[in-house]
Amino acid sequence: MIGRTLTPSRVFRPKSMAARRESLWAWALVTPTLLGLLFFTVGPFIVAIYISFTDWSLLGSPTWVGLTNFKQLFHDTVFWTAWKNTFYYTGISVPLSMALGLGIALLLNQKLPAMSFFRVLFFVPMTVGVVASGLLWSWMFNPQYGLLNYLFHFVGLGPYRWLTSAKMSMPSIIIVGVWRSIGFNIIVFLAGLQAVPETLYDAAAIDGAGNFRKFRHITIPLLSPTIFFGALIGIIMSFQVFEQTYVMTQGGPGNTTLTIIYFIFQQGFSYLRMGYASAASVTFLVILSVGTALMLRLQNRLVHYEN
Amino acid sequence: MTSLYTLLIAVTLIVLFPIIWMLLTSFKSESEVNAFPPSILPNTWTLDAYSKILKLYPFLRFLLNSLLISSAVTVGTLISCAMAAFALVYLRFRGREFIFLVILGTLTVPFAATMVPIFAEMSKIGWINTWYPLIVPAFLGNAYGIFLLRQLFRGIPRELGEAATLDGCGPLRVLRNIYVPLSTSAFTALGVVTFINSWNNMISPLIFVNDQNKMPVAVGLAYLNGQGSAIWSWLMAASTLSVIPLLLMYTLGQRYVVAGMTMSGANR
Repeated sequence: MIGRTLTPSRVFRPKSMAARRESLWAWALVTPTLLGLLFFTVGPFIVAIYISFTDWSLLGSPTWVGLTNFKQLFHDTVFWTAWKNTFYYTGISVPLSMALGLGIALLLNQKLPAMSFFRVLFFVPMTVGVVASGLLWSWMFNPQYGLLNYLFHFVGLGPYRWLTSAKMSMPSIIIVGVWRSIGFNIIVFLAGLQAVPETLYDAAAIDGAGNFRKFRHITIPLLSPTIFFGALIGIIMSFQVFEQTYVMTQGGPGNTTLTIIYFIFQQGFSYLRMGYASAASVTFLVILSVGTALMLRLQNRLVHYEN
Repeated sequence: MTSLYTLLIAVTLIVLFPIIWMLLTSFKSESEVNAFPPSILPNTWTLDAYSKILKLYPFLRFLLNSLLISSAVTVGTLISCAMAAFALVYLRFRGREFIFLVILGTLTVPFAATMVPIFAEMSKIGWINTWYPLIVPAFLGNAYGIFLLRQLFRGIPRELGEAATLDGCGPLRVLRNIYVPLSTSAFTALGVVTFINSWNNMISPLIFVNDQNKMPVAVGLAYLNGQGSAIWSWLMAASTLSVIPLLLMYTLGQRYVVAGMTMSGANR
């Protein structure tokens, strides 16, 4: 902030030519962004709240219906199923991806030759788009000719109907989600691990601490801000899961992989119930914001910060 | 140490295997794909699946569309974010802090929360089934890019710009000749990640573009899959084609990809 608050020239000659030109330039440069806010973020967001109180199919003009959409949502079992599935996905995939990411990051953090080569390899799945990964995993999961059932048959298990059975569909989607997000968690944890001072481990070793105790009492506490950051981003991202279920299961079988974004998409763009879809997206945004705020408040209690 | 490497190699193989499997499948013949037990390496390596995909579907068109859309999105994002970030850091004007706060606030609004009104807006002005809804927003700033560049620009000493101003440079030249050259690696990282995310973005083109000839490759792939008649070797060939440009980009500039991914907080 230093040097960018009121400067003397601004105080004494508030309407100098130079200052006026500067502010004109500034407004010119932020105009595209302001238009973006108006037409693509803040504006539509406010309109979405309005639409959520209406009945509207895109044709004609919206009819005001008050809280009807919200009341109907409250009694809509599919809406609750979508939320349940979203929590199921988030609750399993985020901790799993973080635990695996941390494990691999610990491996990659060893000071050994060729580690940077391995790092490069682990990030490759991040570049495979969500549709392509959905397809390649659908092929792996294929009940008849898929590789996974073939491997499981060696140990006498299966065959499983991965994506088409109500019990296995969500776990299958979670596997894909974990596979796609693990690279990000590795990056985040590697950055966190590299910030842990070596001297702390040396001191602990002198005190006779073993590897597990070092991990438990040095690595974990010092890594807790990183863990927190990874969890926050992970939760925000998994709440928005949509594409992989769209490609792999179309929300089925029997809505077992229908997530909340899928629900909004379906109501809006398959059934053209814009008011109802908007009401669902308002609840989505409220829950996401409340969740984020809660996590940020919990942060002080869960996270260990160095002074 | 050997055991550590063994473990590492094993984990790497598990993580990469789905991609390897996609490649291997894409070189198999149709009869070999539909056989149990599956062969690991193709018995006969063939490019059949690739030629089928290119012959039966406008797949090159999908790839070209993605290339055009993602390039435009990247250029637009870099220009608009640089302009806004520069104004927010270097220029003094009333409302600067407020505008920045609003921009920051939009970081948390997901597309899903606004897609209904945006769709309505786009259909009202007749932009459905065009690329405008995909490209135009990129030219109108992006909270994450502005935030990122603002952080960087703040590290550049003001005096550099002021000296140039005394020499008669206008703000645009200060931005172009001083701020941009001093942050090229951040621009590269932001550009690479914007390109990747745009290439992989499915939900907005799915909503806005229905015409087969205008589909980017992400939607084209989903469309192929939805046809139901496609054989797995074709689908894997198509997936491979869709991934190759990004893999190439990653191989050439992995430093920037990793930096960008880290900064963006997520890969979408």
